[in-house]
Amino acid sequence: MNTSPHLLDEALGLMPGISNGGALSQGCIVLIEDSVETSGAFILHYIVKRALSLDSSGIVLFLALAHPFSHYERILRKLANNLSRLCELFPKMAELRQGARPVTEYFAEWKGCNLSVHREQKRFHLFDILQLEFPCESKKDSVEQGLVELYSKIQSAVEVISSRDHSRAHISILIDDLSILEIAAHGSMDHVLNFLHYCVTLTSEQNCSLVILNHEDIYPDIEGRRLLSHLVYLADFIIKAEPLATGIAADVHGQLTVLKKGTSNNGHYSADKASNFHFQVKEHGVDLFFPGSRC
Amino acid sequence: MAATRATRPSSFSRNPSTSAAPSIPLPGVKLGPGNAAFVSSGIPDLDRILGGGFLLGSLVMVMEDAEAPHHLLLLRNFMAQGVVHRQPLLFASPSEEPRAFLGTLPTPIAASKEERPRVPGPNQEGKEQGLRIAWQYKKYFGEQPASQPQYKDVKQEFSNTFDLRKSIERHMLSSQNIDCVSIEKISDLAPLRERCSSFLSKLNGDNSSIGLAGRIAIQSLCAPQCGFSDWDMVSFVRSLRAMLRSSRAVGIITFPSSILPHSFSKRWQHLADTLLSVKAIPDDDKDLAKLLTGYQDMVGLLHVHKVAQISSQVPVILEANTFSLKLHRRRSLILEKLNQAPVEGSSGTSYGTAGPCTASFKGSSIDF
Repeated sequence: MNTSPHLLDEALGLMPGISNGGALSQGCIVLIEDSVETSGAFILHYIVKRALSLDSSGIVLFLALAHPFSHYERILRKLANNLSRLCELFPKMAELRQGARPVTEYFAEWKGCNLSVHREQKRFHLFDILQLEFPCESKKDSVEQGLVELYSKIQSAVEVISSRDHSRAHISILIDDLSILEIAAHGSMDHVLNFLHYCVTLTSEQNCSLVILNHEDIYPDIEGRRLLSHLVYLADFIIKAEPLATGIAADVHGQLTVLKKGTSNNGHYSADKASNFHFQVKEHGVDLFFPGSRC
Repeated sequence: MAATRATRPSSFSRNPSTSAAPSIPLPGVKLGPGNAAFVSSGIPDLDRILGGGFLLGSLVMVMEDAEAPHHLLLLRNFMAQGVVHRQPLLFASPSEEPRAFLGTLPTPIAASKEERPRVPGPNQEGKEQGLRIAWQYKKYFGEQPASQPQYKDVKQEFSNTFDLRKSIERHMLSSQNIDCVSIEKISDLAPLRERCSSFLSKLNGDNSSIGLAGRIAIQSLCAPQCGFSDWDMVSFVRSLRAMLRSSRAVGIITFPSSILPHSFSKRWQHLADTLLSVKAIPDDDKDLAKLLTGYQDMVGLLHVHKVAQISSQVPVILEANTFSLKLHRRRSLILEKLNQAPVEGSSGTSYGTAGPCTASFKGSSIDF
């Protein structure tokens, strides 16, 4: 039980000491698929937490389409060991903890500036695109333009980060979630795919990885699955969160299948590796265990 | 509530200037653990099941039964509760004259008539003071389901029981807080989006309704007579959800999921924070009647698919997902867990004769 959080680390290659081939290494693409019954957002939160704690040099670019900043901020605060992380993110918080300043003063300042504090710290960049809309007139162009604009924002952020001497900090780009980007693009799959391909190119050029959350059950037919099969093709890690076949239980929230695709470089060939877990989501993290190993 | 929530972290929010406002109970708003604020669904049982009610800032979706109007029961109670609390209400419907629907809202049953013992009036003030303190302490005990005994006393104000046979008194509907929109004639959803956003911005700005929680009710958004395109509708739902997140309001949308293409129905369901579905019960299903007790009194089934979880990653696991909708004394709506009727014949008697534990253990292992 105590070692259980490491199962996800192990499956994603995030163990300390392993630098290559993990989910947070250069050019790596992680696809998270979930369904209405079982949300996969907790994996996203886990990856954010790991990315920010990974030898404390990781940087996260978060495309928040599904929730406002406060949602993520609170969840991450509740995840274990995260207070110290946030203290690093917000030096003012540490000040607060030491009681250096009265609380009232602190909050007066907090109200308007949380995103700017992030930007000052340049560890967590949140693209707050919850209300992202592409204006409806002359639809196709506006969608294209909007996505190009979004991409160029990401690109410039990545370039700014990597131009800084940050000891080659690893940048993770997270998208929560892609299906909403599709809705914002009014279903024009080509544009979304173009956007993704640009992002993928970016990850291979810079020290980046891309983590995408998408829903599996919204693509019913073969034609509709085009986007999903593209994603599956591109991804190095495919994580599926599914409900249990027997329905949801109080102590098992669902099952997780992590597929690590085989790679072949420099004559080294590694085969596909799939691992299957049951999971239970908690406020301070997630418990993973092998099916049947917990009674 | 949600507006302040967006900018303020919870655990440290003891700043008197900011935390004083939410601690004064707003009419019809109940504070739960972790800075959550609820408004009532108009059905006390549903509030209890959902852990306090509908979360402010969330989007509730109800999947309709294509052949029965049971979703209207939920919609009516939700709207009537808002009218009772004098909360601003925006109602959109595919009918020609949406205002006519307001005439069918049920009337609240006076609390004194109820059989459940309530707190007498004079004590109320002191009681509330105590509760407020209890809420403050709750933070330190971690999250607990909101259906604590202490909440029961507040319920009297928070949610009413409605008499479905009588319609609400006219004078309650005459307030200016009720806004009706027909979505039958409009060709795209931009005007409705405008209405919703101006409605929500009024909640934050206007002095008369400041501090009041708003309610948006949209009936059968994807009804065939409207003829919106699939992408238009799903992007409307998405932008409504985004707008609600930063406001102190609850949106409820009912939709006949069976007439949407499957993939879009799933997209809608993903966008819902709280997802419910209603189903009618066929009158003469003899098998089902044998299986369930109280089958005669049931009007339908309510299924809870998702419960809103803002600022938390832990899914809410309910003890039961399916509830029977019943009419209590033929007038008020109640929800009950499904009870399996005792099965006649062999297994029932075998349990009866089994006697002590060990014996029944044996018996059951043979039986199954």
